[in-house]
Amino acid sequence: MSYRVHVRVMPRTGLLDPQGQAVEHALGALGFGEAGGVRIGRAIELEVAAPTRADAESRVRQMCDKLLANPVTEDYLLQVEER
Amino acid sequence: MLNVAVVRFPGSNCDFDTLRAVERAGANAFFVWHRDASLNGADAVILPGGFSYGDYLRSGAIARFSPVMQAVQRHVVDGGPVLGICNGFQILCEAHLLPGALMRNAGLAFVSKPVDVIVERADTPFTSAYPAGSRLRLPVAHGDGRFVAGEDTLRMLEAEGRVVLRYVAATESSPLQPNPNGSARHIAGISNASGTVVGIMPHPERVADSLLGPPDGHGFFTSLAAWRPRASKLNVPSR
Repeated sequence: MSYRVHVRVMPRTGLLDPQGQAVEHALGALGFGEAGGVRIGRAIELEVAAPTRADAESRVRQMCDKLLANPVTEDYLLQVEER
Repeated sequence: MLNVAVVRFPGSNCDFDTLRAVERAGANAFFVWHRDASLNGADAVILPGGFSYGDYLRSGAIARFSPVMQAVQRHVVDGGPVLGICNGFQILCEAHLLPGALMRNAGLAFVSKPVDVIVERADTPFTSAYPAGSRLRLPVAHGDGRFVAGEDTLRMLEAEGRVVLRYVAATESSPLQPNPNGSARHIAGISNASGTVVGIMPHPERVADSLLGPPDGHGFFTSLAAWRPRASKLNVPSR
């Protein structure tokens, strides 16, 4: 089976996210003062061949732990779709 | 004469300055390519500054998987000295040879200017030429220099005396602002427990020649040139 996996990597809650802050200020300057808590991360999509959905998720978790996310500063979320 | 390997990754750009600084200090320096699986007999390794692999994904994240980094890992296990400067520091953190991570500067801007730092750990192969507490003025040039680590790790680094360089506040004689990037506890450089692996954000190789102003960075390289492997290491059978 082939799966398309969406990985969302976000700066860990509580860590300073200067990009998010800058965008929040810019939104305020544009008249969107109601926007708050802006945080900026990274989206990664990949295709994985695996016997089952659980196998695909497990492999991508390993990829995240080893490369796609930094365990010191980032958390990640996975979404697995059958292709 | 001590043999020092300067590792070149695609995107390294402080490699020649670093090579020259090592040679000026009286050691033998040569380049090692990131695809090399061996350090060609080097006694010490320097990972120079730059933008290895275009800083793709995260600074240093891809360089960590270069074949040469396997050799660097073995060199560290054997007790060999490694200095990571700027991007080299980022690579050492990504490779888990040093704790923590370097994130986007708090002010977002790329910061390129001189900063004042204090040498807090002077018993490493790279800082032994400085009396502990020395104040240096060194250039920084980075976008991702904000040192971040968990509270436990920060406490451990402080308790074990592993903060090598710390940004210091301006004084009357120094108009410079401290902490250019928002680093935790004003940390500019750290070491592993034994002090053999050191990572620093400032660029000593850019101020290692008096033609370019006060050579505050020269001591990193004279320290290394004077470093010798401990004799006991030679007598210990390999495990």
